[in-house]
Amino acid sequence: MKSTPLLMSRLAGALALACVVCAPVLAQNAPVEPKSALNAALLTGATFSPPDIATIPKDEFGKVVQFGRNVMYDTKKYAPQYAGNSLNCVNCHTDGGAMAGSAPLWGAWVSYPAYRSKNKKVNTYEDRLQGCFRFSMNGKAPPLGSDVLVALEAYSYWLAKGLPVDEKVAGRGYPDIPEPAQAPDFVRGKSVYEANCAICHAANGEGRVVNGAVVFPPLWGAQSFNWGAGMGSIKNAAKFIYANMPYGQSYSLTPQQAWDVAYYMDGQERPQDPRWEGSVVVTRAKYHDNKNSLYGTTVNGILLGDTGAPKPFQPPKS
Amino acid sequence: MLKPRLTMWLVATLGLGSTGVVLAAPPPEAVSCAACHGAMGEGLPAANYPRLAGLPANYIAEQLHYFASGERQNVIMSGMAKPLTPAQVKTIADYYAALPVTMAAPAASVSAGLMARGEQLAVYGDWKAGIPACFRCHAAGGVGVPPYFPPLVGQSANYLSDQIIAWQTGTRTGDPQGLMHTVANRMTSSDTQAVVAWLAAQKPEAAVTMAKSEGGAQ
Ligand code: HEC
Ligand code: HEC
Ligand code: HEC
Ligand code: HEC
Repeated sequence: MKSTPLLMSRLAGALALACVVCAPVLAQNAPVEPKSALNAALLTGATFSPPDIATIPKDEFGKVVQFGRNVMYDTKKYAPQYAGNSLNCVNCHTDGGAMAGSAPLWGAWVSYPAYRSKNKKVNTYEDRLQGCFRFSMNGKAPPLGSDVLVALEAYSYWLAKGLPVDEKVAGRGYPDIPEPAQAPDFVRGKSVYEANCAICHAANGEGRVVNGAVVFPPLWGAQSFNWGAGMGSIKNAAKFIYANMPYGQSYSLTPQQAWDVAYYMDGQERPQDPRWEGSVVVTRAKYHDNKNSLYGTTVNGILLGDTGAPKPFQPPKS
Repeated sequence: MLKPRLTMWLVATLGLGSTGVVLAAPPPEAVSCAACHGAMGEGLPAANYPRLAGLPANYIAEQLHYFASGERQNVIMSGMAKPLTPAQVKTIADYYAALPVTMAAPAASVSAGLMARGEQLAVYGDWKAGIPACFRCHAAGGVGVPPYFPPLVGQSANYLSDQIIAWQTGTRTGDPQGLMHTVANRMTSSDTQAVVAWLAAQKPEAAVTMAKSEGGAQ
């Protein structure tokens, strides 16, 4: 079979040295097929591959594993009582949570319980699942022991079969990206966005809907992840984007482009942080006081997050 | 080839019969196209002439532009596209985009194993080989996402596989950001055979509710 040139030398170069010519490559001088890697796994050194989906057992346990997988792909359909926007877990966890470099569930399964500075305590795997519902899905945390949580655990366990329990497993999370040579920039990010992302995610980040179903998920606005989500950190977003976007063209952007477009995306309005402390200033001081969050700062003339108390939970329309 | 009056009659009658909506007569610019693409733009699968009915207007216009410029190489179509003025291209594109999808693509018969592989590629992709699901870009059911992503259902298996091969051999270019090019170059010939057979076997009803783009998620 044919494969896309992996461009190891360019990637290595981009990683090793500061990028001096980081002006965004615009569509008109882009090559016919941009150089990209087959998938997000490339820069992770991952060696583990989860079992083939066709081998999910045909028994009572297998049914629950399959249900967990369904929740990943179609969260609104299989967990409507907990999903508050039009995203699905798979949108940020490629291949139903099986892909190295796209925060795979198998990498997470073997890594908890673990201490997290986000909330200054030891978190369980269930805490992490609940967190993605509350923040990434702008929804409600499924209670411990609920069908949805149990199914996601069963699916994660099944994916991780054979992997030693060790949080240093290669392929976990999103791969590291070099620090940007120039500070990430909104204006440069906008031109990266227009040349590389708008075709799918649309001009205002609203995504695209066909026959009532979301095809390309929204990146900001009322139907996207909220201000408490991991993707709201410019660094997490740059890592995710570098390894996974444009869709199907992993590592085709330069690291600088990934940082700039992450800044542009995370410099837009989105639903309030559910940990809201009554004002944008206090909420920033308590949860966002770091250089990777633009919450509570003024970007492009807008004080981000200044939208009042979180809206009450509403299951998504589509 | 159909006489313009007959074409008009067919369009009016079939249009009324299938959707209850009276359709406009074809503009003179599109009359010569009917010989191959059919009176209702339904295509002629047996001869690999694709359907044009219901394709996004922007996509039709772009392809005519590529046929004329040579970015998409096809002897017949480059001859058809070159003489068209931008205004004629717009008229033709709007006309075909508004026609209802009436065509049922005939299914190719392939083994059950190949069909299963085809379904996997269309719905889930094969990320190990770097192939994302076709439906992630062409929408659930392969109905397309206007203005850039054409439908895959309602085209014949032969036409679909010709296009994948054209990207692999470099005779079709111009796809935005090299998106389709990237996918095609990762497919083996048996992947192509599998996915086009599965796509062509999908129920034509899927095509009847063709992509109604509703803008973004609000
Ligand atoms: C908007 C994108 C987004 C969506 C949607 C999303 N997640 Fe996440 N998820 C993230 C990010 C970002 C992280 C943090 C990754 C990191 O820290 O490296 C994460 C982390 C996780 C982790 C922990 C990973 C690890 O290795 O520690 C799990 C488990 C998880 N998500 C499950 C889910 C589930 C289940 C859903 C659907 C209910 C979901 N996610 C939806 C973005 C998302
Ligand atoms: C070819 C279409 C396409 C292009 C181009 C594209 N994306 Fe995506 N994007 C997708 C799809 C499809 C998903 C969901 C992936 C999945 O479900 O596997 C997605 C998911 C995402 C997500 C996580 C989900 C969410 O809504 O927050 C982010 C962030 C994102 N894309 C950012 C970008 C950025 C930035 C660019 C440009 C550098 C880009 N994308 C280019 C199709 C695209
Ligand atoms: C003699 C037969 C013939 C005639 C007449 C003809 N076409 Fe075509 N057309 C074809 C063939 C064959 C293809 C497939 C080309 C390929 O495989 O790249 C095609 C492809 C197309 C496509 C691309 C469709 C897609 O899904 O990408 C468009 C658009 C198109 N034709 C428009 C027209 C228009 C408009 C006219 C009239 C001005 C016309 N054709 C006249 C044979 C014809
Ligand atoms: C990353 C997004 C993306 C994915 C994934 C994708 N496509 Fe495409 N596809 C496109 C775009 C964009 C076009 C339009 C190209 C153009 O405008 O010239 C296209 C066009 C096509 C066409 C030409 C249709 C016509 O009418 O001529 C075929 C055939 C096709 N794709 C098949 C597939 C198959 C089969 C798969 C899954 C194996 C797939 N595509 C996956 C983006 C994608």
